[in-house]
Amino acid sequence: MSVLAAEDVSVALNGVRLLNGLSGSARAGRLTGLIGPNGAGKTTLLRALLRLQAVDTGRILWGGEDITAKRPHQLSHVFAYLAQAQTVHWPLTVEALAALGRRPAYTPFARLTEVDQAAIDRAIAQTSLEAMRHRAITSLSGGERARALLARVLTSDAPVVLADEPVAALDPYHQLNILDILKALAAAGRVVVIVLHDLSLARRYCDDVILMHAGRVAAQGPSAEVLTAETLEPVYRVRLDLGETGAVLPLARLADAP
Amino acid sequence: MNKAVQAPFLITGLVAGLLVVGAVSLTIGHASIPLAASVGGLFGDATADPVALIVQEIRLPRLLVGVIVGASLGLAGAALQGLLRNPLADPGVIGVSASAGLGAVVAIYYGAAALSAYAVPGFAMAGALISTSLLYALARRDTSVLTLILVGIGLSALAGALTSLAMNLSPNPFSLSDMVLWLLGSLANRSFTELWIALPFMLPGWLCLLLSAPALRALSLGEETATTMGVDLFRLRAFVIVGSALSVGAGVAVSGAIGFIGLIVPHMIRPFVGHDPARLLLPSAIGGALLITLADIGVRLAPTDRELKLGVLTALIGAPFFLFLVLKTRRAMR
Repeated sequence: MSVLAAEDVSVALNGVRLLNGLSGSARAGRLTGLIGPNGAGKTTLLRALLRLQAVDTGRILWGGEDITAKRPHQLSHVFAYLAQAQTVHWPLTVEALAALGRRPAYTPFARLTEVDQAAIDRAIAQTSLEAMRHRAITSLSGGERARALLARVLTSDAPVVLADEPVAALDPYHQLNILDILKALAAAGRVVVIVLHDLSLARRYCDDVILMHAGRVAAQGPSAEVLTAETLEPVYRVRLDLGETGAVLPLARLADAP
Repeated sequence: MNKAVQAPFLITGLVAGLLVVGAVSLTIGHASIPLAASVGGLFGDATADPVALIVQEIRLPRLLVGVIVGASLGLAGAALQGLLRNPLADPGVIGVSASAGLGAVVAIYYGAAALSAYAVPGFAMAGALISTSLLYALARRDTSVLTLILVGIGLSALAGALTSLAMNLSPNPFSLSDMVLWLLGSLANRSFTELWIALPFMLPGWLCLLLSAPALRALSLGEETATTMGVDLFRLRAFVIVGSALSVGAGVAVSGAIGFIGLIVPHMIRPFVGHDPARLLLPSAIGGALLITLADIGVRLAPTDRELKLGVLTALIGAPFFLFLVLKTRRAMR
C-alpha cells in the first residue's frame, strides 16, 4: 500500500514555529481531507511534503522511501500539485494548460505522444471542458477556470495529488463537481490530499481526515471518527451542530480559555 | 478568439518577410541601386564591380549585423518576458542594454578596448549579466508590472549615472562625442569584423535561450508549481540570464543600445502563438531581425541632414508603444 507520510516534522520561519513535531500520513485509494483553522499550518505541510519548504527536523516518506533530501523538481514523478489560488500568467488555451500535466509539454526536444494526447483528452472530458478546449483561460468563468486548472493535474500520471483549497470561492454546484472528480481520482488508487475549509464537504466527501491545530495533528483517521463535535470544537473554538445529512453548522464562538 | 497559427506558417512568413525587407535594404544608401542590381551585386566580383563592392562590403554587413542584433533583442525580450512572467520586460526597459552600454564605455575609454578586440563585447556582456541578475533578484518575488518597471528604472538610472561619470572623467572631448554617438545605437559603417566579434557570443546565447523555451511554458503556472512539475528553476534562471547577457551584451557591443525591439516584437507575435511563452521565442527572434531591418531602412530614408541614429528611431517609436502597453496592462498593476 502506497503511503505518503510526514514523521515528526518541524518547520520554523523567521522564528515562528509553523509545524511542530507533526506526524501524519495519507493512503492511496482514500480521499484525505486536510482541515484546521487558519494558520494551523495546512499549506506549510503541503509545501513541506512537496519539499518546497525546508524542514528543520523530521522526515518525509513516500512508499517507505525517505524523500526528505530530494529537491522539489526531482519529485515531479511523485507529485501533482494544485496551489492555492493558482494563477496562470498568460492567457493559454484550456488544452495548452491541460497539456502542462505531461512532461514532454515543457521538455526540450520532446513531443507529445499519443499517450500524452489521450491523457489530455481524458482530463478535458472528465472536467467537461470539451466545448472550451480552445478558449483562453482568461475568458472562462470562475468554475470553468477551476476545472481547467484541475484538468492539468488530472492529465498527470503522478501517484500523489495535493490540492490546496481546490473548491475555494466556487458555488455549490462546482464544489461538488470538483470534489466528485477528486474522489474518483482517489478511488482509482492515488493518494489524494486536499485542503478544505468547508467541514460539511469534508464530512460528505473525505474518506480520511487530518485535523491540524497549531502546527500539529490534533486528530486523524476515518472522517466519521474525527469529524465529531468533541474533536472539532476545541480546535475551531466554535460550537458546532453536526446534522444528520452531513452538514456542519457553526453556531457560536466559544469563549477563549482563560 | 484563438488566432494561433501553425508554427511552420508563421516562421515561413516571417523569414519570407525578412528576405524581402533585407533585399530592399540593400538598395538603400548614398547611391541608390535598383533591387535587381543589388541582389546581383551579392554574387558579383567585388574587385571589379563597384556595385558588388558596395553591396558586399558596406550594405550586406550592415544588414547582417542588424539581423543578428535584432534577433538577439527579440529573442532575449521574449525569454525575459517568460522568465519574469511580465509582458513589459525588455532588455532596454529593464536596464540590461544600459548596463551593457556602461560595460562597453568602461572598456573603450579606460584602456581595455585597446588590448583586445573582445574587451568591448566582454565588458558589455559582464554589464548585462550583472544587471539581469540584479533585476531578477529584486523583481522575482513580486511579478507585478509596477515592481518590474521601478526596478528597471532604478537599474537604468544607476547604469546611466555610471556612464555619465565615465564620460565626465573621459580624457578628451573627441572620445566623449564618440561615446555619446555610439551609445545612441547605430548600424552605420558596420563591417564583417563586427559580425565575427558578436556571433561567437550570440550563438551560445541564442542556444541558452532557445533551450529554456519549453520550461518557460511550465513557468506560466508560477515558480513553485513549475518546480513541482520538474523544472529546475536554478538552471532555468541561469540559462535565461546568461543567454540574454551574452546575446544582448554582444549586440550592444557592436551596435550601441537599441531599445524597445525586445518589447514590441514579442507583443506583436504573442497572439499568433496562442500566448504560449515557449512558441514565442523563435518567431520573436525572426521578428526582431525584421523590425530592426525595417527601422534601419527608415533611418536611411528619413529626410534629415545627418543620418538618424537607429537607437533614436526605435526609441521614438518604442517609447509611445511602451506607454500604450503600460496603460493596457494597468489592471495588472497592483
